[in-house]
Amino acid sequence: MTTSNSIVGSEEELARNGGAQSEIANYTINFGPQHPAAHGVLRLVLELDGEIIERVDPHIGLLHRGTEKLCEYKTYLQALPYMDRLDYVSPMSMEHSYVLAIEKLLDLEVPLRAQYLRVFFAELTRIKNHLLNIGSHVMDVGAMTPNLWLFELREDIMNFYERASGARMHAAYFRPGGVHQDVPLKLLTDIADWLDNRLFGLFDDAISLVADNRIFKQRNVDIAIVSKEDALAWGFSGPMIRGAGIPWDIRKSQPYDVYDRMDFEIPVGTKGDCYDRMMVRVEEVRQSARIMKQCLNEMPDGPIASLDRKVVPPKRSEMKQSMEALIHHFKLYTEGFHVPAGEVYVATESPKGEFGIYIVSDGSNKPYRVKIRPTAFSHLQAMDFMSRGHMLADTTAILGAMDIVFGECDR
Amino acid sequence: MVSPAPRIAPQEGLIDAIKVAIGKAFIEAKDAVQEISITVRREAIVDVCRTLRDEFQYQQLMEMAGVDYPGRAERFDVVYHLLSVTKNHRIRIRVTTDEDKAVPSVTGLWPVAGWLEREIFDLYGVQFDGNDDLRRILTDYGFRGHPFRKDFPLTGYVEMRYSEEQKRVVYEPVRLAQDFRDFDFMSPWEGAEYILPGDEKVEGEAPGAPTPTAAGAKPAEAKK
Repeated sequence: MTTSNSIVGSEEELARNGGAQSEIANYTINFGPQHPAAHGVLRLVLELDGEIIERVDPHIGLLHRGTEKLCEYKTYLQALPYMDRLDYVSPMSMEHSYVLAIEKLLDLEVPLRAQYLRVFFAELTRIKNHLLNIGSHVMDVGAMTPNLWLFELREDIMNFYERASGARMHAAYFRPGGVHQDVPLKLLTDIADWLDNRLFGLFDDAISLVADNRIFKQRNVDIAIVSKEDALAWGFSGPMIRGAGIPWDIRKSQPYDVYDRMDFEIPVGTKGDCYDRMMVRVEEVRQSARIMKQCLNEMPDGPIASLDRKVVPPKRSEMKQSMEALIHHFKLYTEGFHVPAGEVYVATESPKGEFGIYIVSDGSNKPYRVKIRPTAFSHLQAMDFMSRGHMLADTTAILGAMDIVFGECDR
Repeated sequence: MVSPAPRIAPQEGLIDAIKVAIGKAFIEAKDAVQEISITVRREAIVDVCRTLRDEFQYQQLMEMAGVDYPGRAERFDVVYHLLSVTKNHRIRIRVTTDEDKAVPSVTGLWPVAGWLEREIFDLYGVQFDGNDDLRRILTDYGFRGHPFRKDFPLTGYVEMRYSEEQKRVVYEPVRLAQDFRDFDFMSPWEGAEYILPGDEKVEGEAPGAPTPTAAGAKPAEAKK
């Protein structure tokens, strides 16, 4: 951290106080851009009165890669892997909004098994995201051990990702019309086994270290209280709005894929402080596991992607037999599919909140405009009013409980 | 609707009710793919948003997006996405503007609009009247231009590197090691912008042999 600006006290004051005391004027410090608690590249310009925060000016955009502009130069399918690179902590949830937006414009039917697989992996992603966030939040306020344990679970999930899609992080698994490939039965039984026997052993142990811990509570309870009105006005979503006490969850209120068949609860906070936000996430991990088990019980057999060959490419085995399949494959991987002209805004409940995709299509094979609605943008903007009057050390707790990833914030 | 996208119950008669409530500000409304978009007059956007927030219960401004249509007289769209958590409904409001005409800021209604407007200002150069913190947000400190405009090249104009001689980061004009490739996969029967070999005689003289042009050369001009 660097400091600038400093003292001051006029000469009369010095004389009056006998020179013993001098008044300290506001103090400006830089938090970041490289700071372990900034969770990426965030520069916060903090104006302090002693140790009390008077103003926060977050400078973002240090990870801006122009994803939206890049998407305009790619076909719809080619633009999909960019979504993984937005919130790289929960990649499949990012794809989810994007493929749903395209399907909505195409009005494409998706087979049931594909919908179940997407919900299943979206919830696995939610667990993955929350494990990282809870771990790093806890570490930001001083506890090391839970993070190590939770990272071990995260590693398991990455292995599941790899077995499903071939990639540990940037899966590109959800595709317009379904998912890329079917999962082997062994993977599903292994995940079921993991949910039953492994996840909550470690997870509950890790949470038990902090949930009732005196120091952890002192750092989080009553920090950055957000009222319901503020949460609405500042465009909060996800655990942030639920932490403030509003039971709003897009999975419940505007169900997509097969969420309307799932039975799960929405945890809400009572006070709207950092502790509530953290505990909402803890409970969401349990609810996600519950949804995943329901998916495993109900998942039907069948195709894993739409059979509409104008959108979904055929399997390799089919291409060896059929000329038409070969033509479709060639057309889809060169020209791509055309999406009817129009505009669509599809928001899903990503682990961090409402993640929206606004696509303007001109009827060609490339989107005319893709606007990504990141969750972090509105949350981070609220940093200023949330931190006012708190101590400098609370910044990390507030930031940790916001769950911000800069790939998504800066795009 | 057969697609598995988020299911939102349609609101019957909403467009008419809004049309009555906002009066002269209304320009047009569209109800496509179960989404309602309403175009309103730019000067009235604050009043329209206030009406929607206070009378129609759209409590949240979730998103603002800019869209650029260089061919239009007012080339930019500014699109507001509102969400009602009580009615469980979304609505889209649109105004049009150009480089000079400022859009009234809605920061007075939703503080979250502050950064959303800053982003559109940064990327498109749209001015917002009443936003007192209209600084760049996503681009580099000291960046010039508005990168998301359609006439801004994808590669940008400058690139940055650390100079060992000067011991600092320097900006230089972009030099591409490989020509920028923008493949045209559009079928020649639908929407191609070039003339197919053999079709030249249909109108006027031939533009020349349809051989691959040299790297860096502009593609043959499409003749109308």
